[in-house]
Parts: sequence; C-alpha cells; structure tokens
Amino acid sequence: MSASNITRVAGRGCALRGNDIDTDRIIPARFLRCVSFDGLGEHAFEDDREQAKGDHPLDDERNRGAAILVVDHNFGSGSSREHAPQALTRRGFKAFVGGSFAEIFAGNCVALGLPCVTLDDDDRSQLMDSLELDRNQEVVVDLEARTVTSRSGRMTCGVADGARQQLLGGSWDATAVLLEAGEAIEATAAKLPYVSGYAP
Amino acid sequence: MSSGKSLLDKVWNAHAVRELPSGQSQLFVGLHLIHEVTSPQAFAMLRELGLPVRFPERTFATVDHIIPTASQARPLADSLAEEMLVSLEKSTREAGIPFFDPASGKQGVVHVIGPELGLTQPGMTIACGDSHTSTHGAFGAVAFGIGTSQVRDVLATQCLAMARPQLRRIDVTGKLASGVYAKDVILTIIRQLGVKGGVGYAYEYAGPVIKAMTIEERLTVCNMSIEGGARCGYVNPDATTIEYLKGREYSPSGAEWEPATRHWLGMASDADAHYDHIVEIDGSRLAPSVTWGIHPGQSVAIDECLPRLADAPREAQPGLAEAFDYMGLRPGEKIAGSKIDVAFIGSCTNGRISDLREAARVAKTGQVASGVRTLVVPGSQAVAREAEAEGLPEIFRSAGFDWREAGCSMCLAMNPDKLVGRELCASSSNRNFKGRQGSPTGRTLLMSPAMVAAAAIRGEVTDVREVI
Ligand code: SF4
Repeated sequence: MSASNITRVAGRGCALRGNDIDTDRIIPARFLRCVSFDGLGEHAFEDDREQAKGDHPLDDERNRGAAILVVDHNFGSGSSREHAPQALTRRGFKAFVGGSFAEIFAGNCVALGLPCVTLDDDDRSQLMDSLELDRNQEVVVDLEARTVTSRSGRMTCGVADGARQQLLGGSWDATAVLLEAGEAIEATAAKLPYVSGYAP
Repeated sequence: MSSGKSLLDKVWNAHAVRELPSGQSQLFVGLHLIHEVTSPQAFAMLRELGLPVRFPERTFATVDHIIPTASQARPLADSLAEEMLVSLEKSTREAGIPFFDPASGKQGVVHVIGPELGLTQPGMTIACGDSHTSTHGAFGAVAFGIGTSQVRDVLATQCLAMARPQLRRIDVTGKLASGVYAKDVILTIIRQLGVKGGVGYAYEYAGPVIKAMTIEERLTVCNMSIEGGARCGYVNPDATTIEYLKGREYSPSGAEWEPATRHWLGMASDADAHYDHIVEIDGSRLAPSVTWGIHPGQSVAIDECLPRLADAPREAQPGLAEAFDYMGLRPGEKIAGSKIDVAFIGSCTNGRISDLREAARVAKTGQVASGVRTLVVPGSQAVAREAEAEGLPEIFRSAGFDWREAGCSMCLAMNPDKLVGRELCASSSNRNFKGRQGSPTGRTLLMSPAMVAAAAIRGEVTDVREVI
C-alpha cells in the first residue's frame, strides 16, 4: 500500500460562505446508517440544500465539477465522522481552502489525501468574491510553495507542517507509516504498567 | 523556566513509540473503544489490506447510536441499523474483540460504559471513532476522538500519528451555587473561550470547583471539550478518581491495586508543570446556562438577556443573525419562558445515574406540562439497573416522563427518537447544531438535566432554582 505524493491540486473553485459549518450539516446523521461510504456524495449538505431551495452553492449548475471548496472559519466542527470529507470528496472536492478548520475534520482530510489550507480573511473574501464573479477560473492550491493562485492573484496560504509533510511525502495513508515501527510497538506497550502489570 | 511535567507530557512520553518524519509522534493507544457507526468501514479497509487486528485484547465494542430505546429486540426494525449491528457482531467475533451488546447487560453509550466498567484508567491513551472520546479525560487519561481511517490505523497498529497539542489550564475557582451543575461550568467555558478557542490545545481542568467534583461531573465537563475545539481535555487523577475505580470490573485488583493507585497519582501534573496558557473562571458567579443558538458557544445564563446584534463585532453579526433566524428567537429577550415541545434527558454528557437523580428530584415537584413530549434515557444498561434499584423510573413515570432503554437516543438522528418539524427541545445532550436531533428544522436548547426536568414540568424554559 502506498499513497501518492500530493503537491498541488488544481480545479475550479466553489465558494461556500458561513462560519462554524458543522459535520451534521455537511452530512446529516441519518445518512450515517450505512456500512460503506459509497453513495454519500449525493447527500452532502442535504438539509442545507433543501432549505435553500436550490439556492445552495452545491446546487448551482455553474459550480458543477468544482474541485476546490472555499469556506470560512471553523469548517467541519462537531463530530468525528469521516463521512463528512468522504461525502465531499465523492462529490468531487479534492482540496479545501478556508479561514480555519476543526481539528478532527482536518485530520480526517489528511488521511484521505485532501489538503486543507488557510487564507487570511482579506485574501479569502477576495477569492470568494472573485469565484462568484467568474466560476470558470482555475484555482491552484500549491502545497510545495504554500500558495493559492487564482485570477485574484497568488496568495500565501497556511498549512499545518505535519499535514503538509505527509501530503508532499506521500505518507498521508498513516497505516503503512505506523506499521513500519514493527516490534517497537509491542516494546512500548510492554513498558506500560497497565499492560505489563503494576505489581513488582 | 519550569522543569516539571504535565500529565499530558507524562502520558505522551510513555506512549510515544517513535517520532515520525512529519513531526508527529507515533503514539501507542492503550484502550480502543469502537461502536457501530465509524467501525464497519474501518474493518472493511483492514480486510482489504489483509491485516489482522493487532491488539484485540485492548479493543472493546458496544452499540449505541442506532439502538432503539423503545425496545432493543432483534432484529431491529430499521434494516439499515440491523445491518450495522450485524456487521459489528461479525467483525468483533472474527477478531476476538469483546462486544458489549444488549444481551450482555453491559451495553450503553460508549463513553458511559468505558468509565463504569473500569476500562478507562488514569495515565492511559484512549481512542474511539467518536468526537466525545474527550469524556474519558475525567480520569486523567489522554483521550482522542478519531475518524474512520484512524480507526483502521488503530485496529492495524494500535497506534495513532498525532501532533502534541499545546496545553491550556482552565482554573475554575470558588464554589458552585445550588442549582448550578457541571454542565453549566462547561457551557460557560465554551462560551468564554469560543467553539474554536481550543483548536491546537489540550485542556486541563483544575481549580477548587473541579477538585470538588465527582467523577461523573468531571465526565460531563471533559465530554464537551471537543465542543470548545480542544483536541482533548482532562482532570488530574486524585483520591476521587481512585475511589471511583475501586472494585470496577476491569480495574486492577488484589496485589495490583496499591501500586496502580500510586502510579495513577504520579501521573498528575507536577506543581511546576509548563502551561502554554492559563485562564481562570470564577465558579461562584455561575448561574444555570442555556444555549439559545446553533452551536454550543451560544449560551446565556438563565437570568440574562440574549445578545443584541449591535453589541457584537461586525464580523460576528451575520452568524448571530443566522442563529436567531433559525431558532426563531429575538435578540435582547430572555430565554426563560420559551415554550418547549420536547424534553430529552440522557446522552454521554448527562445520562449517568447522578444526572438521573438530579432530574428525578425535580420531577418529584410536579407533572409534565401538557403537550410536552419527554424522553428519559439512561446512558447504559448498568445505569438503568442502578436507577431501577433506586426507584427512579417510578418517579419519572408518575410525573409523566417516558422512561426508555439505554442508547444515544435523541442526541442525534440515527435511531427512531427524533424531533419533528420545528419542535423546540430542552436537551441535556451536547450539540445544538441545525438538524442535530433529527428534524432538519428542529431546534435544541442545551442545559443541565435538572433544568430539562424543570422545563418539562413548567412547559417552558425555567430557572431550576425556582423549582428545587
Ligand atoms: S450520546 Fe450523543 S454525543 Fe454521545 S456518543 Fe451518543 S450520539 Fe455521540
């Protein structure tokens, strides 16, 4: 098993405004009644879309095929459900650009090879405005250079060092990396008194 | 420069298998709890990779999210739920993982059964594919909620790749007034520090109020660490912790007990430990809290007015307006007096015996108001038995409350317990997100279980201090 190196993601961008968009909104809990992630894509943001009566960015024909979702602050807060990034990636999103991300969501994204990068507030609102004016432009998230490039220019983005390393180095599929430790795992366990026994 | 170590440092160092090139640590996971929602896909990934479960004896399973609370009889009426349960039965059987299913008498919400069985112990690393794993920090464990790919990692390697968080100590000083509970403490902390205030941090809860808390109260506080954005939250182990663990099924016993307790106390943060940040909250000034909005940071004290848009910073105003709009509440008004449709007592935040006792104390004072639908759901089968032994179901029933079987119930919309339409629910759970309780337009007010009981009896949000 080997993961590919992810250095840059390019594609059309879709702006989705609003802070604190939680995982219950990204994929409502009733769709978690499943034993496989297949088919989750169509239910992404289902209740929000229903309430927006077609006026949701994900239902906008012009956003069809977008690969980069641009969001505001604290995106993906709430539950640890990997169903959230799984649903979004099944809908075609390959990277997230935002103000900030909830930690478990960002961690789940790394495990799926999906970069989450941050822009400061001015840059982000400029990018969102520009995306809403021109949906056909290409957005490039470059992890190597730490930039997001679009018609509104080349912006410096933030990305957690550990996540960047894992994506660039192709080690984001953690199982293979963790297995490399081999017997050191059992050796660490044996030193823990609750594994080996407390009594001398 | 302080030289002491925090509990986080000590646990981290003891469990670090190695440092990874990414700068993260490879951490050994001492206890892996699994449930039906986030594990089937992880087992499927494992099968695909042809890997066995590395430490089945350090892995324990239960079923909670999908289980109906009216009757746990098999097969479950919902065929999707039944399929998930069957899948977990099969995976745990094949791997030799103990499964606390309804027939075992030990089933319950995963964060309720870990502590009550004595599986959760000080100084451990704990992981579970559920964000409220932070709950287990109440014992002085470092406990992480993880996603499904990480569940696969832990099944395959008993390890996680983790970056060490920074550490914030939250000192809650003074003494809580009567009618003010652990739930009010954590709602106030989240309100003050914000729902993303904890990003990048572990929270250490300390100070006289936390010291004076029972384990069950500490569980309530640590449970909602994740609602404040923190990666985990814990309380240093002390005499209260040890007292609680004594005689539990999976606690050390015999010759193991004494050295275990010494080890546990030694895991507590040193007096000169380093903290990246310290905040202080005056516990004596707290009042019963209620959320009014669409995330757990949007709360007010019961006697306080809802915020006014004009008083908020401009960038915060759209978010506030959205919350008011969704909730159908008006800025500047009081939350007390809001008519409720449903009252839910339960969940991993407040579904333990002490929560039920407090709610029952309130239930004794009257009858459920007409038109209010109620659900009292013990967090586990063990809690249910304890409640029955104390006669609590009788108290609830005679006051008109509906007494149910153990599970997550109306905390989230994965089982038959759901809000309908725009119903307003007084809830002892932990999340008031849009649609969280099963209706896409349903509305949730988070509060302590005693406050929920008071709201059920009055038919409207009420200051519990007026009732007891
Ligand atoms: S009670 Fe609620 S928060 Fe706790 S594990 Fe169940 S669904 Fe999650």
